[in-house]
Amino acid sequence: MNADRPLEISSLSKSFGPVTVVKDFNIRVAPGEFVALLGHSGCGKSTVLSIVAGLQTATLGGIVIDGAEVTEPGLERAFCFQSPCLLPWLTAFDNVLLSASQAHPKLSSAAQKELATKYLSLVGVAEYAAELPAALSQGTQQRVAIARALAQEPRFLLLDEPFGMLDSLTRFELQDLVLDLWEKDRKTVIMVTHDIDEALYLCDRIILMTDGPEATVGLDLRVSLPRPRHRQQATSHPEYQRLRDRIIAFLESHSKQFATEQEAA
Amino acid sequence: MKKSIVSILLSFVGIFLVLGLWAAISANVAPDLPSPLRTWEESRLYIMEPWQKRGEMDQGIGLMTAYSLLRVAKGFALALLIGTPLGFLLGSSPLFFRMFDPTIQILRPISPLAWLPLGLILFRQSEPAALFTIALCSMWPTVVNTMQGVRAIPQDYHNVAKVLRLSPWRKFTKIMLPATLPYMFSGYRLSLGIAWLVIVAAEMLTGTPGVGGFLWQEYNSLIYSHILLCILTIGIVGFILNRLMGFAETRLRAA
Repeated sequence: MNADRPLEISSLSKSFGPVTVVKDFNIRVAPGEFVALLGHSGCGKSTVLSIVAGLQTATLGGIVIDGAEVTEPGLERAFCFQSPCLLPWLTAFDNVLLSASQAHPKLSSAAQKELATKYLSLVGVAEYAAELPAALSQGTQQRVAIARALAQEPRFLLLDEPFGMLDSLTRFELQDLVLDLWEKDRKTVIMVTHDIDEALYLCDRIILMTDGPEATVGLDLRVSLPRPRHRQQATSHPEYQRLRDRIIAFLESHSKQFATEQEAA
Repeated sequence: MKKSIVSILLSFVGIFLVLGLWAAISANVAPDLPSPLRTWEESRLYIMEPWQKRGEMDQGIGLMTAYSLLRVAKGFALALLIGTPLGFLLGSSPLFFRMFDPTIQILRPISPLAWLPLGLILFRQSEPAALFTIALCSMWPTVVNTMQGVRAIPQDYHNVAKVLRLSPWRKFTKIMLPATLPYMFSGYRLSLGIAWLVIVAAEMLTGTPGVGGFLWQEYNSLIYSHILLCILTIGIVGFILNRLMGFAETRLRAA
């Protein structure tokens, strides 16, 4: 009933001891929106995402979903880690089943298993269901991790540099997979990345963060490339180039190295 | 293949050299020490009829070993039952750790010879006192290894548990226990080794039938060759126990 209300990150600040990593960070994410948090590594974008996930607590401000503040993890928010983080003693199937059974405790165990199978097939790894993670490639493991997140049937999908550890071909495959999945049911997605092309290809909106400490929203860009997107069409679109140039200009002007070079000159 | 044959041959060469040294010492230096040959002749009855019971303290070496093993099994089981949960508590609660770590560091180096009289005072019977001593001395490697295993669980797995909202019990069975299992088993192997060390001391002091009890009785009866029989038995059984646990451990790590 509240599904049309935005997720709000409101006046969020996070300090570790005397260092304020993120300060006064404000965005509203509309339902069904695919948003990227983009910035230099170490700028605090992952910190923001893990506060949204409830894995860390905000020092000031917070996360508002459906008008209520959330401070703990919840099954309506699924999280994909940078590394697949599958439990190595469980098969691919059991990893996904664990999440399906947590999110749907009232379903019969047969129905929970059906869900696990469904999502493993959806990400294209049904054939590896009986394998332990160690026997799978990084890309396949990350697919299983995505299936685990989807098996929660969440409203929000939080992706923390989910393709950062993959080789570029596998990364392209998984980006296409995520895009396809999103086209199907348009979940709200917040993705942390430092890959400009990934953000442009996938997202509706890119939040560029200023450098930490005291990182905050630097630029809020709308990506109005037509959907459904195809990689070549998207990258050759004039809008793509225009946005890309703007993002690079922003990142360069906010790079500390750049700043010191300027001072020296 | 060739290498393993060579190493088996070499180990036999080693055994024969030690037997030779033993024979030389008993012939030249220590006349009270029975030679290997005499040890064999006087122990023959006990080895060839291992399950023969002639009297309370005069039984075949198989029976004596079985008594000791049964006692060790009970004490070891007790150690695991107490040590494993204690290790989990210490590993998962920093408060608990800070509270009890100093106490454990003090209790750990205490010899079985010191615990046994206390056990006798507490239980007034030799059997429970022996089990008390075995459990108390052998549980520490289990406690410490389990604790380290729990602490070594990557933060990622804790985060998975949080994101999936696992209940404490489910987190324990799905994450903590499987992640800690290899560490626990290393602890179990060390604990079993200590339990087997302690059994001899416990049986000597309580005079109960078993390898250690038999050893002490034969010392008092001046039948020195049987002391050597017991020593060899203790060594061989300890070796086999360690190998069995090592085997279980590697199977577990491979799985």
